[in-house]
Amino acid sequence: MRPNDRKYADSHEWAKQEGDLVLIGITDFAVEQLGELVFLDLPAVGRKLAKGESFGEVESVKAVSDLYAPLGGEVVAVNAPLADELDPLQNDPFAGGWLLKIRPTDASAELGALHDAESYEKQVAAAH
Amino acid sequence: MPYVQNTDADRRAMLAEIGVRAMDDLFEPIPAALRLREPLPLDPGMTETDLIAHLGRIGSWNRPAGGRPCFLGGGVYDHDWPSLVDHLQGRSEFLTAYTPYQPECSQGTLQWIFEFQSMIAEICGMDNANASMYDGASACAEAALLALAATGRKKVVVSAGLHPHSMAVIRTYLEHQGSAIVEAPLRDGVTDWGDLVDAGTAAVLVQQPNFLGLVEDLDAPAAAAHAVEALAVASIYPVAMGLLRSPGAAGFDVVVGDGQSLGVPMGLGGPSFGFFASRDKFVRRLPGRLVGASVDRRGRRAYTLTFQTREQHIRREKATSNICTNNALIALRGCLHMAALGPQGLEEVACLSRQRALEMTAQLTAGDAIQEAFPGQPWFNEVPLRLSGGEIAVLKLKTALAKAGIAGVLPMSRFYPGDPAMKGVFTLACTERTTPESIRQLASVAADTFRMEMAL
Repeated sequence: MRPNDRKYADSHEWAKQEGDLVLIGITDFAVEQLGELVFLDLPAVGRKLAKGESFGEVESVKAVSDLYAPLGGEVVAVNAPLADELDPLQNDPFAGGWLLKIRPTDASAELGALHDAESYEKQVAAAH
Repeated sequence: MPYVQNTDADRRAMLAEIGVRAMDDLFEPIPAALRLREPLPLDPGMTETDLIAHLGRIGSWNRPAGGRPCFLGGGVYDHDWPSLVDHLQGRSEFLTAYTPYQPECSQGTLQWIFEFQSMIAEICGMDNANASMYDGASACAEAALLALAATGRKKVVVSAGLHPHSMAVIRTYLEHQGSAIVEAPLRDGVTDWGDLVDAGTAAVLVQQPNFLGLVEDLDAPAAAAHAVEALAVASIYPVAMGLLRSPGAAGFDVVVGDGQSLGVPMGLGGPSFGFFASRDKFVRRLPGRLVGASVDRRGRRAYTLTFQTREQHIRREKATSNICTNNALIALRGCLHMAALGPQGLEEVACLSRQRALEMTAQLTAGDAIQEAFPGQPWFNEVPLRLSGGEIAVLKLKTALAKAGIAGVLPMSRFYPGDPAMKGVFTLACTERTTPESIRQLASVAADTFRMEMAL
Protein backbone atom coordinates (compact mmCIF):
# COMPACT_ATOMS: atom_id res chain seq x y z
CA MET A 1 0.00 0.00 0.00
CA ARG A 2 1.39 3.41 -0.96
CA PRO A 3 2.19 6.02 1.72
CA ASN A 4 -0.86 7.44 3.37
CA ASP A 5 0.80 10.68 4.39
CA ARG A 6 0.46 12.34 1.02
CA LYS A 7 -1.83 13.02 -1.93
CA TYR A 8 -1.63 11.78 -5.52
CA ALA A 9 -2.33 13.24 -8.95
CA ASP A 10 -3.84 11.44 -11.97
CA SER A 11 -0.55 12.04 -13.74
CA HIS A 12 1.28 10.03 -11.04
CA GLU A 13 2.94 12.81 -9.08
CA TRP A 14 2.59 12.83 -5.29
CA ALA A 15 2.45 15.86 -2.98
CA LYS A 16 3.28 15.80 0.76
CA GLN A 17 2.66 18.72 3.04
CA GLU A 18 5.64 19.61 5.25
CA GLY A 19 4.83 22.63 7.33
CA ASP A 20 4.17 25.51 4.96
CA LEU A 21 6.02 23.80 2.10
CA VAL A 22 4.95 20.89 -0.10
CA LEU A 23 7.29 18.09 -1.17
CA ILE A 24 6.65 16.71 -4.67
CA GLY A 25 7.77 13.56 -6.47
CA ILE A 26 6.53 10.80 -8.76
CA THR A 27 5.15 7.43 -7.76
CA ASP A 28 6.64 3.97 -8.05
CA PHE A 29 4.04 3.24 -10.72
CA ALA A 30 5.40 6.03 -12.92
CA VAL A 31 8.97 4.87 -12.39
CA GLU A 32 8.09 1.28 -13.16
CA GLN A 33 6.26 2.26 -16.37
CA LEU A 34 9.21 4.30 -17.54
CA GLY A 35 11.75 1.57 -17.04
CA GLU A 36 15.44 2.33 -16.70
CA LEU A 37 15.79 6.05 -16.00
CA VAL A 38 18.54 7.95 -17.77
CA PHE A 39 17.87 11.64 -17.37
CA LEU A 40 15.96 14.16 -15.31
CA ASP A 41 15.29 17.80 -16.11
CA LEU A 42 14.21 19.91 -13.12
CA PRO A 43 13.24 23.60 -12.98
CA ALA A 44 15.27 26.41 -11.50
CA VAL A 45 14.70 27.46 -7.92
CA GLY A 46 12.45 30.51 -7.88
CA ARG A 47 10.30 29.38 -10.81
CA LYS A 48 6.60 29.91 -10.25
CA LEU A 49 4.37 27.04 -11.28
CA ALA A 50 0.66 26.81 -11.90
CA LYS A 51 -1.26 23.67 -10.96
CA GLY A 52 -1.01 21.26 -13.88
CA GLU A 53 1.91 23.10 -15.49
CA SER A 54 4.80 21.01 -16.77
CA PHE A 55 7.83 21.61 -14.53
CA GLY A 56 10.31 19.22 -16.09
CA GLU A 57 10.95 15.92 -17.80
CA VAL A 58 12.02 12.45 -16.82
CA GLU A 59 13.61 10.30 -19.48
CA SER A 60 14.14 6.57 -19.69
CA VAL A 61 15.76 4.46 -22.39
CA LYS A 62 12.47 4.17 -24.24
CA ALA A 63 10.34 7.17 -23.32
CA VAL A 64 10.17 10.75 -22.14
CA SER A 65 7.55 11.96 -19.72
CA ASP A 66 6.56 15.45 -18.71
CA LEU A 67 6.28 16.14 -14.98
CA TYR A 68 3.19 18.11 -13.96
CA ALA A 69 2.81 20.28 -10.87
CA PRO A 70 0.09 18.70 -8.68
CA LEU A 71 -0.43 22.12 -7.15
CA GLY A 72 0.72 25.66 -7.88
CA GLY A 73 3.46 27.51 -6.05
CA GLU A 74 7.05 28.75 -6.08
CA VAL A 75 9.95 26.33 -6.35
CA VAL A 76 12.10 26.73 -3.22
CA ALA A 77 14.29 23.64 -3.60
CA VAL A 78 15.06 20.90 -6.10
CA ASN A 79 16.77 17.55 -5.54
CA ALA A 80 19.86 18.59 -7.47
CA PRO A 81 22.00 15.44 -6.83
CA LEU A 82 19.53 13.48 -8.97
CA ALA A 83 21.04 15.20 -12.02
CA ASP A 84 24.16 13.06 -11.59
CA GLU A 85 22.74 9.98 -9.86
CA LEU A 86 19.23 8.76 -10.60
CA ASP A 87 19.36 5.73 -8.33
CA PRO A 88 17.33 7.33 -5.50
CA LEU A 89 14.55 8.12 -7.97
CA GLN A 90 14.67 4.67 -9.57
CA ASN A 91 14.55 2.82 -6.25
CA ASP A 92 13.17 5.20 -3.65
CA PRO A 93 10.72 7.53 -5.41
CA PHE A 94 8.70 8.29 -2.26
CA ALA A 95 11.62 9.43 -0.10
CA GLY A 96 15.19 9.77 -1.42
CA GLY A 97 13.84 10.36 -4.95
CA TRP A 98 11.86 13.51 -4.07
CA LEU A 99 11.94 16.08 -6.88
CA LEU A 100 10.83 19.52 -5.67
CA LYS A 101 9.86 21.54 -2.66
CA ILE A 102 7.39 24.32 -3.35
CA ARG A 103 5.75 27.09 -1.36
CA PRO A 104 2.13 26.52 -2.40
CA THR A 105 -0.23 29.32 -3.38
CA ASP A 106 -3.40 27.53 -2.32
CA ALA A 107 -2.48 24.31 -0.50
CA SER A 108 -5.79 23.42 1.12
CA ALA A 109 -7.90 23.78 -2.02
CA GLU A 110 -5.45 22.18 -4.45
CA LEU A 111 -4.26 19.37 -2.16
CA GLY A 112 -7.83 18.61 -1.39
CA ALA A 113 -8.56 18.02 -5.06
CA LEU A 114 -5.94 15.25 -5.29
CA HIS A 115 -6.37 11.51 -4.65
CA ASP A 116 -5.66 9.94 -1.30
CA ALA A 117 -3.64 6.73 -1.26
CA GLU A 118 -6.67 4.47 -1.51
CA SER A 119 -8.22 6.37 -4.41
CA TYR A 120 -4.86 6.39 -6.23
CA GLU A 121 -4.56 2.61 -5.74
CA LYS A 122 -7.89 2.19 -7.52
CA GLN A 123 -6.73 4.53 -10.29
CA VAL A 124 -3.56 2.51 -10.87
CA ALA A 125 -5.38 -0.84 -10.71
CA ALA A 126 -7.85 0.38 -13.33
CA ALA A 127 -5.02 1.54 -15.61
CA HIS A 128 -3.36 -1.88 -15.57
CA MET B 1 16.64 -8.54 -49.58
CA PRO B 2 16.60 -8.79 -53.36
CA TYR B 3 14.47 -6.39 -55.44
CA VAL B 4 12.35 -8.69 -57.59
CA GLN B 5 9.12 -7.61 -59.21
CA ASN B 6 5.80 -9.25 -58.43
CA THR B 7 4.47 -11.53 -61.15
CA ASP B 8 0.86 -11.55 -62.30
CA ALA B 9 0.46 -14.80 -60.38
CA ASP B 10 1.81 -13.10 -57.23
CA ARG B 11 -0.68 -10.28 -57.65
CA ARG B 12 -3.61 -12.65 -58.17
CA ALA B 13 -2.64 -14.59 -55.07
CA MET B 14 -2.35 -11.42 -52.95
CA LEU B 15 -5.70 -10.08 -54.14
CA ALA B 16 -7.33 -13.42 -53.40
CA GLU B 17 -5.79 -13.45 -49.91
CA ILE B 18 -7.27 -10.09 -48.98
CA GLY B 19 -10.53 -10.75 -50.77
CA VAL B 20 -10.24 -7.97 -53.33
CA ARG B 21 -11.44 -8.54 -56.89
CA ALA B 22 -9.00 -6.32 -58.78
CA MET B 23 -6.27 -3.70 -58.17
CA ASP B 24 -8.61 -0.89 -59.21
CA ASP B 25 -10.91 -1.71 -56.30
CA LEU B 26 -8.19 -0.62 -53.88
CA PHE B 27 -8.42 2.91 -55.29
CA GLU B 28 -12.20 3.15 -54.68
CA PRO B 29 -11.87 5.76 -51.91
CA ILE B 30 -10.38 8.23 -54.40
CA PRO B 31 -13.23 10.17 -56.09
CA ALA B 32 -13.72 9.08 -59.70
CA ALA B 33 -13.24 12.67 -60.90
CA LEU B 34 -9.69 12.63 -59.53
CA ARG B 35 -8.65 9.28 -60.92
CA LEU B 36 -6.49 9.07 -64.04
CA ARG B 37 -8.52 7.81 -66.99
CA GLU B 38 -5.74 7.51 -69.56
CA PRO B 39 -2.07 6.63 -69.43
CA LEU B 40 0.26 9.55 -68.76
CA PRO B 41 1.55 11.30 -71.92
CA LEU B 42 5.07 9.87 -71.85
CA ASP B 43 7.31 9.12 -74.83
CA PRO B 44 7.28 5.48 -75.87
CA GLY B 45 9.89 3.27 -74.20
CA MET B 46 13.31 2.73 -75.76
CA THR B 47 15.60 -0.23 -75.82
CA GLU B 48 18.34 -0.14 -73.24
CA THR B 49 20.97 0.45 -75.97
CA ASP B 50 19.06 3.37 -77.49
CA LEU B 51 18.29 4.84 -74.11
CA ILE B 52 21.92 4.82 -73.01
CA ALA B 53 22.91 6.50 -76.29
CA HIS B 54 20.10 9.07 -75.91
CA LEU B 55 21.05 9.99 -72.36
CA GLY B 56 24.71 10.05 -73.30
CA ARG B 57 23.94 12.62 -76.00
CA ILE B 58 22.09 14.83 -73.54
CA GLY B 59 24.87 14.38 -70.97
CA SER B 60 27.48 15.52 -73.48
CA TRP B 61 25.97 19.01 -73.35
CA ASN B 62 27.43 19.32 -69.85
CA ARG B 63 30.77 20.92 -69.24
CA PRO B 64 31.75 19.27 -65.98
CA ALA B 65 33.84 21.64 -63.89
CA GLY B 66 35.93 18.79 -62.60
CA GLY B 67 37.11 17.69 -66.02
CA ARG B 68 39.14 20.85 -66.62
CA PRO B 69 41.13 23.36 -64.56
CA CYS B 70 38.67 24.48 -61.88
CA PHE B 71 39.19 27.53 -59.70
CA LEU B 72 35.66 27.67 -58.38
CA GLY B 73 34.91 27.73 -54.67
CA GLY B 74 31.98 29.21 -52.81
CA GLY B 75 31.37 26.08 -50.74
CA VAL B 76 32.05 23.43 -53.42
CA TYR B 77 35.69 22.61 -54.16
CA ASP B 78 37.57 20.52 -56.71
CA HIS B 79 39.34 18.27 -54.20
CA ASP B 80 40.59 14.78 -54.91
CA TRP B 81 39.96 11.50 -53.10
CA PRO B 82 41.57 8.06 -53.01
CA SER B 83 39.90 5.56 -55.37
CA LEU B 84 39.25 3.30 -52.41
CA VAL B 85 36.49 5.72 -51.43
CA ASP B 86 34.57 4.92 -54.66
CA HIS B 87 35.38 1.26 -54.36
CA LEU B 88 34.18 0.76 -50.78
CA GLN B 89 31.19 3.08 -51.09
CA GLY B 90 30.08 0.96 -54.05
CA ARG B 91 29.84 -2.24 -52.00
CA SER B 92 26.24 -3.43 -52.13
CA GLU B 93 26.02 -3.75 -48.34
CA PHE B 94 26.40 0.00 -48.24
CA LEU B 95 24.94 1.02 -51.58
CA THR B 96 21.57 -0.70 -51.44
CA ALA B 97 20.80 -1.11 -47.76
CA TYR B 98 17.89 1.05 -46.62
CA THR B 99 17.97 2.48 -43.09
CA PRO B 100 20.25 -0.25 -41.76
CA TYR B 101 20.26 0.81 -38.12
CA GLN B 102 19.12 -2.26 -36.22
CA PRO B 103 21.97 -3.26 -33.94
CA GLU B 104 21.18 -6.95 -34.35
CA CYS B 105 21.99 -6.94 -38.06
CA SER B 106 23.80 -3.69 -38.93
CA GLN B 107 26.94 -3.61 -36.82
CA GLY B 108 29.07 -2.76 -39.87
CA THR B 109 27.02 0.32 -40.69
CA LEU B 110 26.78 1.43 -37.08
CA GLN B 111 30.53 1.03 -36.71
CA TRP B 112 31.37 3.24 -39.68
CA ILE B 113 28.94 5.86 -38.44
CA PHE B 114 30.56 5.76 -34.99
CA GLU B 115 33.97 6.20 -36.59
CA PHE B 116 32.60 9.01 -38.76
CA GLN B 117 31.25 10.78 -35.68
CA SER B 118 34.58 10.38 -33.91
CA MET B 119 36.62 11.83 -36.77
CA ILE B 120 34.24 14.73 -37.33
CA ALA B 121 34.32 15.56 -33.62
CA GLU B 122 38.12 15.51 -33.74
CA ILE B 123 38.30 17.81 -36.77
CA CYS B 124 35.85 20.24 -35.15
CA GLY B 125 37.47 20.11 -31.72
CA MET B 126 34.19 18.99 -30.16
CA ASP B 127 33.07 16.23 -27.74
CA ASN B 128 30.34 14.72 -29.91
CA ALA B 129 29.11 14.64 -33.48
CA ASN B 130 25.97 13.16 -34.96
CA ALA B 131 25.55 10.71 -37.83
CA SER B 132 25.41 13.60 -40.33
CA MET B 133 22.86 16.04 -41.75
CA TYR B 134 21.50 16.69 -45.24
CA ASP B 135 24.03 19.43 -45.95
CA GLY B 136 25.99 22.26 -44.38
CA ALA B 137 23.20 24.80 -44.89
CA SER B 138 20.55 22.86 -42.97
CA ALA B 139 23.17 22.03 -40.34
CA CYS B 140 23.60 25.80 -39.80
CA ALA B 141 19.84 26.18 -39.45
CA GLU B 142 19.60 23.33 -36.97
CA ALA B 143 22.44 24.84 -34.94
CA ALA B 144 20.44 28.06 -34.72
CA LEU B 145 17.38 26.08 -33.58
CA LEU B 146 19.46 24.28 -30.95
CA ALA B 147 20.70 27.57 -29.54
CA LEU B 148 17.22 29.09 -29.48
CA ALA B 149 15.85 26.04 -27.66
CA ALA B 150 18.76 25.77 -25.25
CA THR B 151 18.70 29.42 -24.19
CA GLY B 152 15.01 30.17 -24.53
CA ARG B 153 16.01 33.39 -26.31
CA LYS B 154 14.70 34.67 -29.60
CA LYS B 155 17.60 36.11 -31.57
CA VAL B 156 20.62 34.79 -33.45
CA VAL B 157 23.43 37.05 -34.63
CA VAL B 158 24.81 35.74 -37.91
CA SER B 159 27.92 36.93 -39.75
CA ALA B 160 27.32 38.34 -43.22
CA GLY B 161 30.29 36.18 -44.17
CA LEU B 162 28.16 33.04 -43.86
CA HIS B 163 27.51 31.34 -47.20
CA PRO B 164 24.43 33.13 -48.61
CA HIS B 165 22.73 29.78 -49.26
CA SER B 166 23.21 28.80 -45.62
CA MET B 167 21.81 32.18 -44.58
CA ALA B 168 18.79 31.64 -46.82
CA VAL B 169 18.14 28.22 -45.28
CA ILE B 170 18.43 29.63 -41.75
CA ARG B 171 15.87 32.27 -42.69
CA THR B 172 13.53 29.60 -44.04
CA TYR B 173 13.82 27.47 -40.91
CA LEU B 174 13.31 30.41 -38.53
CA GLU B 175 10.66 32.24 -40.50
CA HIS B 176 7.58 31.15 -38.58
CA GLN B 177 9.23 30.53 -35.24
CA GLY B 178 9.02 34.05 -33.90
CA SER B 179 12.80 34.36 -33.86
CA ALA B 180 14.92 37.14 -35.30
CA ILE B 181 18.10 36.94 -37.34
CA VAL B 182 20.45 39.88 -36.97
CA GLU B 183 23.19 40.13 -39.56
CA ALA B 184 26.64 41.26 -38.42
CA PRO B 185 28.11 43.13 -41.40
CA LEU B 186 31.49 42.62 -43.00
CA ARG B 187 34.02 45.35 -42.58
CA ASP B 188 37.15 45.06 -44.66
CA GLY B 189 36.05 41.54 -45.57
CA VAL B 190 35.63 40.12 -42.05
CA THR B 191 32.81 40.24 -39.50
CA ASP B 192 32.24 43.36 -37.42
CA TRP B 193 30.18 42.15 -34.45
CA GLY B 194 29.82 45.65 -33.02
CA ASP B 195 27.32 45.74 -30.14
CA LEU B 196 24.96 43.29 -31.75
CA VAL B 197 25.49 40.46 -29.24
CA ASP B 198 23.44 41.11 -26.11
CA ALA B 199 21.46 39.36 -23.38
CA GLY B 200 18.72 38.54 -25.90
CA THR B 201 21.09 36.63 -28.17
CA ALA B 202 20.82 32.87 -28.36
CA ALA B 203 23.87 32.35 -30.55
CA VAL B 204 26.51 33.94 -32.72
CA LEU B 205 27.18 32.20 -35.99
CA VAL B 206 30.40 32.62 -37.95
CA GLN B 207 31.82 30.82 -40.98
CA GLN B 208 35.47 29.78 -41.08
CA PRO B 209 36.90 30.66 -43.57
CA ASN B 210 34.12 33.05 -44.56
CA PHE B 211 32.37 33.17 -47.92
CA LEU B 212 35.04 35.52 -49.29
CA GLY B 213 37.70 32.99 -48.30
CA LEU B 214 39.05 35.15 -45.46
CA VAL B 215 40.07 33.76 -42.08
CA GLU B 216 37.85 35.10 -39.30
CA ASP B 217 38.91 35.88 -35.74
CA LEU B 218 37.18 33.23 -33.62
CA ASP B 219 38.12 34.58 -30.19
CA ALA B 220 36.03 37.75 -30.42
CA PRO B 221 32.68 36.10 -31.27
CA ALA B 222 33.28 33.31 -28.72
CA ALA B 223 33.99 35.84 -25.98
CA ALA B 224 31.04 38.03 -26.96
CA ALA B 225 28.69 35.04 -26.94
CA HIS B 226 29.88 33.61 -23.63
CA ALA B 227 29.78 36.99 -21.93
CA VAL B 228 25.99 36.91 -22.35
CA GLU B 229 25.66 33.13 -21.96
CA ALA B 230 24.84 32.66 -25.62
CA LEU B 231 26.24 29.86 -27.77
CA ALA B 232 29.19 30.28 -30.12
CA VAL B 233 28.50 28.41 -33.36
CA ALA B 234 30.87 27.99 -36.30
CA SER B 235 30.32 26.64 -39.80
CA ILE B 236 33.61 25.29 -41.13
CA TYR B 237 35.32 24.16 -44.32
CA PRO B 238 36.75 20.88 -43.01
CA VAL B 239 39.89 20.83 -45.17
CA ALA B 240 40.85 24.22 -43.74
CA MET B 241 41.11 22.57 -40.32
CA GLY B 242 44.23 20.89 -41.64
CA LEU B 243 45.92 24.26 -41.11
CA LEU B 244 43.59 26.50 -39.10
CA ARG B 245 42.76 26.33 -35.40
CA SER B 246 39.49 24.47 -34.90
CA PRO B 247 36.53 26.34 -33.39
CA GLY B 248 36.61 23.78 -30.59
CA ALA B 249 40.10 24.92 -29.69
CA ALA B 250 38.72 28.48 -29.65
CA GLY B 251 36.04 27.56 -27.13
CA PHE B 252 33.06 27.24 -29.45
CA ASP B 253 29.96 25.28 -28.39
CA VAL B 254 28.63 23.92 -31.69
CA VAL B 255 30.47 23.31 -34.96
CA VAL B 256 28.73 22.46 -38.23
CA GLY B 257 29.67 22.42 -41.88
CA ASP B 258 29.44 20.75 -45.24
CA GLY B 259 31.45 17.63 -46.07
CA GLN B 260 31.73 18.08 -49.84
CA SER B 261 35.46 18.66 -49.54
CA LEU B 262 35.89 15.25 -47.88
CA GLY B 263 35.75 12.83 -50.78
CA VAL B 264 32.50 14.01 -52.37
CA PRO B 265 32.31 14.84 -56.08
CA MET B 266 31.24 18.40 -56.97
CA GLY B 267 28.29 16.86 -58.79
CA LEU B 268 25.55 19.38 -59.44
CA GLY B 269 26.58 21.36 -56.37
CA GLY B 270 25.37 18.33 -54.45
CA PRO B 271 24.39 15.91 -53.10
CA SER B 272 26.75 16.31 -50.20
CA PHE B 273 26.45 15.77 -46.47
CA GLY B 274 26.34 18.08 -43.47
CA PHE B 275 27.97 17.49 -40.12
CA PHE B 276 26.97 18.63 -36.65
CA ALA B 277 29.22 18.52 -33.62
CA SER B 278 28.88 19.93 -30.11
CA ARG B 279 30.14 19.97 -26.56
CA ASP B 280 28.92 17.25 -24.19
CA LYS B 281 26.47 19.57 -22.49
CA PHE B 282 24.39 19.81 -25.67
CA VAL B 283 24.32 16.11 -26.51
CA ARG B 284 20.65 15.83 -25.54
CA ARG B 285 19.82 18.67 -27.91
CA LEU B 286 21.58 17.28 -30.96
CA PRO B 287 19.39 16.70 -33.99
CA GLY B 288 19.60 13.57 -36.10
CA ARG B 289 20.89 10.12 -35.32
CA LEU B 290 23.57 9.35 -32.79
CA VAL B 291 25.49 6.06 -32.68
CA GLY B 292 27.01 4.97 -29.41
CA ALA B 293 29.42 2.22 -28.44
CA SER B 294 28.38 -0.30 -25.83
CA VAL B 295 28.86 -4.00 -25.04
CA ASP B 296 26.62 -6.94 -25.83
CA ARG B 297 25.58 -9.73 -23.47
CA ARG B 298 28.96 -11.39 -23.87
CA GLY B 299 30.92 -8.24 -23.20
CA ARG B 300 31.88 -7.73 -26.85
CA ARG B 301 32.02 -4.23 -28.36
CA ALA B 302 28.72 -3.41 -30.04
CA TYR B 303 27.26 -0.27 -31.62
CA THR B 304 23.72 1.01 -31.37
CA LEU B 305 21.65 4.12 -31.94
CA THR B 306 21.49 6.04 -28.70
CA PHE B 307 19.81 9.06 -27.11
CA GLN B 308 16.81 8.22 -29.24
CA THR B 309 14.58 10.05 -26.82
CA ARG B 310 15.66 13.22 -28.66
CA GLU B 311 13.91 12.07 -31.78
CA GLN B 312 10.43 12.33 -33.20
CA HIS B 313 9.41 8.71 -32.86
CA ILE B 314 9.61 9.11 -29.10
CA ARG B 315 9.34 12.79 -28.32
CA ARG B 316 6.98 13.72 -31.15
CA GLU B 317 6.42 17.48 -31.36
CA LYS B 318 9.00 18.09 -28.64
CA ALA B 319 11.78 16.37 -30.58
CA THR B 320 15.01 18.31 -30.97
CA SER B 321 14.43 18.42 -34.71
CA ASN B 322 12.10 17.15 -37.42
CA ILE B 323 15.00 15.79 -39.42
CA CYS B 324 14.09 12.26 -40.40
CA THR B 325 16.80 11.16 -42.76
CA ASN B 326 20.23 12.15 -44.01
CA ASN B 327 22.68 11.51 -46.87
CA ALA B 328 24.20 8.44 -45.27
CA LEU B 329 25.89 7.06 -48.38
CA ILE B 330 27.61 10.40 -49.02
CA ALA B 331 28.60 10.62 -45.35
CA LEU B 332 30.13 7.16 -45.81
CA ARG B 333 32.37 8.66 -48.51
CA GLY B 334 33.37 11.31 -46.00
CA CYS B 335 34.18 8.64 -43.44
CA LEU B 336 36.25 6.60 -45.89
CA HIS B 337 38.06 9.73 -47.05
CA MET B 338 38.89 10.92 -43.53
CA ALA B 339 40.07 7.43 -42.56
CA ALA B 340 42.23 7.15 -45.68
CA LEU B 341 43.81 10.57 -45.19
CA GLY B 342 44.11 10.70 -41.43
CA PRO B 343 45.09 13.94 -39.68
CA GLN B 344 48.41 14.01 -41.51
CA GLY B 345 46.81 13.57 -44.91
CA LEU B 346 44.30 16.31 -44.18
CA GLU B 347 47.13 18.63 -43.21
CA GLU B 348 48.98 17.80 -46.43
CA VAL B 349 45.90 18.51 -48.54
CA ALA B 350 45.43 21.81 -46.71
CA CYS B 351 49.07 22.79 -47.21
CA LEU B 352 49.03 21.93 -50.92
CA SER B 353 45.76 23.82 -51.43
CA ARG B 354 47.14 26.90 -49.72
CA GLN B 355 50.45 26.70 -51.53
CA ARG B 356 48.72 26.66 -54.90
CA ALA B 357 46.55 29.59 -53.85
CA LEU B 358 49.68 31.55 -52.90
CA GLU B 359 51.27 30.83 -56.28
CA MET B 360 48.08 31.75 -58.12
CA THR B 361 47.65 35.01 -56.23
CA ALA B 362 51.27 36.00 -56.76
CA GLN B 363 50.99 35.48 -60.52
CA LEU B 364 47.60 37.20 -60.85
CA THR B 365 48.50 40.28 -58.82
CA ALA B 366 51.83 40.77 -60.61
CA GLY B 367 50.12 43.12 -63.08
CA ASP B 368 48.00 46.18 -62.38
CA ALA B 369 44.55 44.93 -63.25
CA ILE B 370 44.01 42.46 -60.41
CA GLN B 371 44.68 43.07 -56.73
CA GLU B 372 43.77 41.35 -53.49
CA ALA B 373 40.36 42.77 -52.52
CA PHE B 374 41.15 43.05 -48.80
CA PRO B 375 44.93 43.37 -48.52
CA GLY B 376 46.34 42.25 -45.23
CA GLN B 377 43.44 39.92 -44.42
CA PRO B 378 44.61 36.31 -44.25
CA TRP B 379 42.96 33.66 -46.40
CA PHE B 380 43.36 29.88 -46.68
CA ASN B 381 42.91 28.49 -50.23
CA GLU B 382 40.18 30.79 -51.53
CA VAL B 383 41.12 34.36 -52.34
CA PRO B 384 39.00 37.49 -52.84
CA LEU B 385 40.46 39.54 -55.67
CA ARG B 386 39.41 42.87 -57.13
CA LEU B 387 39.41 44.06 -60.72
CA SER B 388 39.77 47.81 -60.98
CA GLY B 389 37.53 47.68 -64.05
CA GLY B 390 34.58 46.68 -61.83
CA GLU B 391 31.74 44.32 -62.68
CA ILE B 392 32.22 44.52 -66.44
CA ALA B 393 35.82 43.44 -66.05
CA VAL B 394 34.77 40.54 -63.82
CA LEU B 395 32.36 39.32 -66.46
CA LYS B 396 35.01 39.75 -69.14
CA LEU B 397 37.46 37.62 -67.19
CA LYS B 398 34.89 34.92 -66.48
CA THR B 399 33.97 34.71 -70.15
CA ALA B 400 37.58 34.66 -71.32
CA LEU B 401 38.39 31.86 -68.89
CA ALA B 402 35.37 29.84 -69.96
CA LYS B 403 36.46 30.20 -73.59
CA ALA B 404 39.87 28.86 -72.58
CA GLY B 405 38.21 25.88 -70.88
CA ILE B 406 38.88 27.09 -67.34
CA ALA B 407 36.12 27.16 -64.71
CA GLY B 408 36.47 30.05 -62.33
CA VAL B 409 35.47 33.49 -61.07
CA LEU B 410 32.65 33.75 -58.57
CA PRO B 411 31.45 37.39 -58.66
CA MET B 412 30.78 38.63 -55.12
CA SER B 413 28.36 41.32 -56.30
CA ARG B 414 25.91 38.50 -57.04
CA PHE B 415 25.83 37.61 -53.36
CA TYR B 416 26.25 41.10 -51.87
CA PRO B 417 24.20 43.20 -54.30
CA GLY B 418 24.62 46.94 -53.95
CA ASP B 419 27.55 46.64 -51.55
CA PRO B 420 30.22 49.13 -52.75
CA ALA B 421 32.97 47.16 -51.00
CA MET B 422 32.21 44.21 -53.30
CA LYS B 423 32.44 46.11 -56.56
CA GLY B 424 34.71 44.23 -58.96
CA VAL B 425 35.37 41.55 -56.32
CA PHE B 426 35.46 37.86 -57.22
CA THR B 427 36.89 34.74 -55.62
CA LEU B 428 39.12 31.99 -56.94
CA ALA B 429 40.00 28.79 -55.09
CA CYS B 430 42.84 26.29 -55.41
CA THR B 431 43.11 22.73 -54.19
CA GLU B 432 45.69 19.96 -54.20
CA ARG B 433 44.42 19.16 -57.73
CA THR B 434 45.40 22.58 -59.06
CA THR B 435 48.51 22.26 -61.21
CA PRO B 436 51.27 24.87 -61.79
CA GLU B 437 50.36 24.57 -65.48
CA SER B 438 46.72 25.49 -64.94
CA ILE B 439 47.79 28.45 -62.77
CA ARG B 440 50.05 29.65 -65.59
CA GLN B 441 47.15 29.26 -68.01
CA LEU B 442 44.81 31.20 -65.73
CA ALA B 443 47.32 34.02 -65.29
CA SER B 444 48.00 34.10 -68.99
CA VAL B 445 44.32 34.41 -69.93
CA ALA B 446 43.87 37.14 -67.33
CA ALA B 447 46.89 39.03 -68.60
CA ASP B 448 45.71 38.77 -72.21
CA THR B 449 42.21 39.92 -71.34
CA PHE B 450 43.36 43.06 -69.61
CA ARG B 451 46.34 43.81 -71.82
CA MET B 452 43.82 44.29 -74.60
CA GLU B 453 41.72 46.47 -72.28
CA MET B 454 44.61 48.70 -71.40
CA ALA B 455 45.61 48.95 -75.04
CA LEU B 456 42.23 50.59 -75.70
